[in-house]
Amino acid sequence: MNAPPPLSGRSVLLRFALIAVVLLVIVLAFGYVGGWLAPHRLTAQRLVNQLQANAGVFPGYRRNHAKGVCVAGYFDSNGNAQPYSVAQVFAPGRTPVVGRFAVPSGNPYAPDSSVPIRSMALRFTQTNGQQWRTGMNSMPVFPVSTPQAFYEQLQAQQPDPATGKPNPAKLGAFFASHPETSAFLAWVKTAKPSSSYVTESYWSLNAFVLVDANGAPHAVRWRMVSETPNTTPGSTDPDYLDADLTQRLAQGPQRWHLWVTFANPGDPTNDATKAWPSDRRDIDAGTLVLTSTTPQENGECRDINYDPLVLPDGIQASDDPLLPARSAAYATSYLRRTSEEAHLPGTAAAQATPEAK
Amino acid sequence: MNTPSTQFVFAARVLHGLMAVMILAMLFIGVGMVASVSERHEWLIRIHKPLGIAILLLAVVRLIVRLRNPPPPLPADLPALQKFAAHASHWLLYVLMLTIPLVGWAMLSAGGYPVMLSESLRLPPIFPVSPIAFAVLRHTHAWLAVLLVLTFLAHLGAALYHGLIRRDGVLSSMIGGRTRGS
Repeated sequence: MNAPPPLSGRSVLLRFALIAVVLLVIVLAFGYVGGWLAPHRLTAQRLVNQLQANAGVFPGYRRNHAKGVCVAGYFDSNGNAQPYSVAQVFAPGRTPVVGRFAVPSGNPYAPDSSVPIRSMALRFTQTNGQQWRTGMNSMPVFPVSTPQAFYEQLQAQQPDPATGKPNPAKLGAFFASHPETSAFLAWVKTAKPSSSYVTESYWSLNAFVLVDANGAPHAVRWRMVSETPNTTPGSTDPDYLDADLTQRLAQGPQRWHLWVTFANPGDPTNDATKAWPSDRRDIDAGTLVLTSTTPQENGECRDINYDPLVLPDGIQASDDPLLPARSAAYATSYLRRTSEEAHLPGTAAAQATPEAK
Repeated sequence: MNTPSTQFVFAARVLHGLMAVMILAMLFIGVGMVASVSERHEWLIRIHKPLGIAILLLAVVRLIVRLRNPPPPLPADLPALQKFAAHASHWLLYVLMLTIPLVGWAMLSAGGYPVMLSESLRLPPIFPVSPIAFAVLRHTHAWLAVLLVLTFLAHLGAALYHGLIRRDGVLSSMIGGRTRGS
């Protein structure tokens, strides 16, 4: 074997330095991609940290829409949406559903009347094992159109330690600098906290894309329209929604219709603050029938992350920038609450008694 | 009797090159996707899952190739500690290549997610739905990936040390055309 000529001491040193530089460049590249060199980049962790700063940390609970209740039932498709999407859920027939109603706040003890918004989350499980998960709110538009603006809105809503309430000057400044919030503000002015989850209708807010058998895309939004609409505001009692739901379900199944709205060319699919004109084509795709309810502490919905990007073949995300941010933030919330449930080191410990606020 | 080869067999060298690219890409994808809320988050996740399963399958093939074709011996004059480090790190790399994708698959199963490799291709769950198992597996997935990054850095550093400083043929036994001792 021919031994290579020996290297000078200087040469060895240079070669060690070269190896160190190669390894360092790789480490820095990981740092760049991971955002360690850009601490101001918006991440799901920062979004969820801000939710926690606003509402507090309630171990085991979702970081937003923490107060809620599990429901179960099914979706009866009438086949009307089948020409536009290959998703099994739209073929005529029945798909089982596990859902959740909730009140939008990170505090699971917030009074039901604290906000005029309710949410409905659903998981459809198709016979082929694919799933459609959707989280909808009882309002037709979202206040902001980008994750960054949502983060700034959360910052503006953070309670002032002195008063325990958001600083009105900061809130005012936020809304003044975000004119896209005007449609939401106009809606919220007339909205009242409803006395029931059942009487509300729920909007997808974000646009999605249905894909038909020929692969052609159809931009849509959807909403679940209650068969029993009613605008009676709820009482000032902190918890009336669950009792109302239990009582209504004891009388019989509760129904909503899934209306799918198709965009015209040029309608914004990337801006959840803008409603589409009311003359857009609408189809009734079927009936959601909810038959039972369970407290979320032991209901099936507890362990479901209603990530709006868990979609079956035939439904795709649109270019709405809120969708990937929702997906990422929900995953972070899910990891934090399941880690707390597992009592992993470094996670917040669950309290035995609720810390009512 | 054959004299021991000075190079890894062709299949081993091809698999090494291919998987090096895939695994390094995978590590960057993993780091990038959890640090983003943009559409990048979504398309990185779409690559992450099928790429992870591809790595798992190739790792199985590679393990078989490795067991059937013993690698060329390390230089006789290599200190015992370095020999041990070489063997231990290689087996650690095999263990990580196989377990990280399996833990990822089990983690999605435990979280109740459908394991979608494409718009329509779904893998069956390999773990019962359990939020506690999800949390443990999700953290395990990340920590094993960190261990893989560190092992990869040590592996690359050692390879360059053999190639640039010791110049003992170990690097060329995997990547070089030149063979040791010829």
